[in-house]
Amino acid sequence: MAEEKGKKMSEEEAKEGEKPKAPAAKEASEKRVAAPKEPPPEEPQVDVDSLPLVKRVKSAKGGLIEDVKYFRGEITFLVKKDGIVDLCHFLKDDTETQFNFLTEVIGTHYPEREKPFEVVYHLYSTTKKHRVRLKVQLAEDEEVESVFPVWRSATWYEREVYDMVGVRFTNHPDLRRILLPDDWEGHPLRKDYPLQGPPGYREAWLKAHCASTNKL
Amino acid sequence: MMEKGLMDKGSVEGQVVDYLMRETLKTREMWINMGPQHPSTHGVLRLILALEGERIVDTEVVIGYLHRGMEKLAEAKTYPQFLPYTDRLDYISSHAMNFGYVLAVEKLMGIEVPDRAQYIRVMMAELTRISSHLLWLATHALDIGAMTVFLYCFREREMILDLCEMAGGARLTTSYFRIGGVAHDLPDGFIEQAREFCRIFPKKAKDYDDLILKNRIWLSRTVNVAKISGEEALNLGLTGPNIRGSGVYWDIRKDEPYSNYDKLDWEIAVYDGCDVYARYLVRLKEMRESCKIVSQCLDVLEKLDGPVMAKVPKVIKPPEGEVYASVEAPKGELGFYIVSDGSPKPYRLKIKAPSFANLISIPTMVKGHMVADVIAAIGSIDVVLGEVDR
Repeated sequence: MAEEKGKKMSEEEAKEGEKPKAPAAKEASEKRVAAPKEPPPEEPQVDVDSLPLVKRVKSAKGGLIEDVKYFRGEITFLVKKDGIVDLCHFLKDDTETQFNFLTEVIGTHYPEREKPFEVVYHLYSTTKKHRVRLKVQLAEDEEVESVFPVWRSATWYEREVYDMVGVRFTNHPDLRRILLPDDWEGHPLRKDYPLQGPPGYREAWLKAHCASTNKL
Repeated sequence: MMEKGLMDKGSVEGQVVDYLMRETLKTREMWINMGPQHPSTHGVLRLILALEGERIVDTEVVIGYLHRGMEKLAEAKTYPQFLPYTDRLDYISSHAMNFGYVLAVEKLMGIEVPDRAQYIRVMMAELTRISSHLLWLATHALDIGAMTVFLYCFREREMILDLCEMAGGARLTTSYFRIGGVAHDLPDGFIEQAREFCRIFPKKAKDYDDLILKNRIWLSRTVNVAKISGEEALNLGLTGPNIRGSGVYWDIRKDEPYSNYDKLDWEIAVYDGCDVYARYLVRLKEMRESCKIVSQCLDVLEKLDGPVMAKVPKVIKPPEGEVYASVEAPKGELGFYIVSDGSPKPYRLKIKAPSFANLISIPTMVKGHMVADVIAAIGSIDVVLGEVDR
């Protein structure tokens, strides 16, 4: 066995001297330590403005759109904060778009940005079978209007965003916490929220609930 | 003490008595609490019902008792490390949960999954769908009062769990899928055992029909109960079998076919009854269609040879960007939205859980119904609280 290994080693060294293709096994071992050598498959270059959905939205509601992105076949519109309900009404009622279903509303925290909060809306059309993503960026104390008048399911989704990230929605009929208790402090999906909960919380809980069994 | 009408209304005493009579004897709503430890809420769902007599006027759904902070945990785990957590979302159909997650990561990375792995995934996901629907039928029927169905369904579900154990080593939280394929190939004897299941399942499904399909008690408890129109269902965010029970043709497997669903021959189950009974019919048909898909996958897998894992780098570092991928889980649309900042951990991971969305329509469904119908309604939308609370 040792001899064989030695032979292989010497062969590899010889090959390296000639600079042939690296053997597959070696490539794999390189991948183990570093990022893949080959970059992931290139996104085919698509002219965003030529997509029919982007064309339609830009021609009708171009004033509300700040930016359009295209990644992995998904279209993302960056929408002005005050225009979100207007745009949603348009997207739902327009015969070319027909986004009749609100898939979800998501809150994301980017603390290093000037506008640290992002509210993301995923829409789907059950008739046209296409999807779109809308985004609104918010500064620390800004609020965004609720899309509840367009889709009633937004009530719960927006409550979750408020609960987890702390973004408030104006004109929301019932903006309360949904997953966490009503008296909870802080919003856990903010990046500055500690992973294991607020400091001292776990110890206090154990003391209150497991006083007799737990030696803390 | 004082007979009504005897006192002069103009006097002070008269006004006081009048006030007391009005306030103490007036009709008002009664608020009762249901759950979170109620056996028919399938976990820790709590409902607060406002009743007028036996009729429901208003409902408030209280959730969060099983909140484990999965989305926060995901930000502290690498992409492969988070995979087992997805099992714990809808713990009775873990393959489907894995499927949604790996599809999202593969979309982000641009990984092509080998054909054999695709068929194995589809087959396992459909077996899980059958097992999830069997558990649903069992418990839903038990809630309504049909005990025998419960025993029959668990008998067949056991066969599927045995298959899951053969393939992945675990019965419920399987974690059999991997980013880029599946953990390992199917063991010897799996295909024969799965064929045996496909052979006997249609006969067993007929047994369930014989028990309750035309049962008079079953019909009176389910027909015209918890109705919701297709338009309202879209507005309230219902997905999956629930919205197909309201006559909406929408199945992600057909409309945006992922994996190999476009190469298989099957039908969407749609009924337009809009009630509990229609949702029951949808799931029964779906089980039969899933069985068809499984046997087609088995036909292909017998001949198709090849790897079950794509070439995936050891450290999964997706490029910067964001994707959303969704699958048709047994409960509805399951989606994963991942934001990557180029590091080995997701920057943000959002789970679009079908049961969470399905619960939104409960107050609308049960309004004006009796208390007993609430149990039929909750059963019919098939909630799993692990998924609702995440």
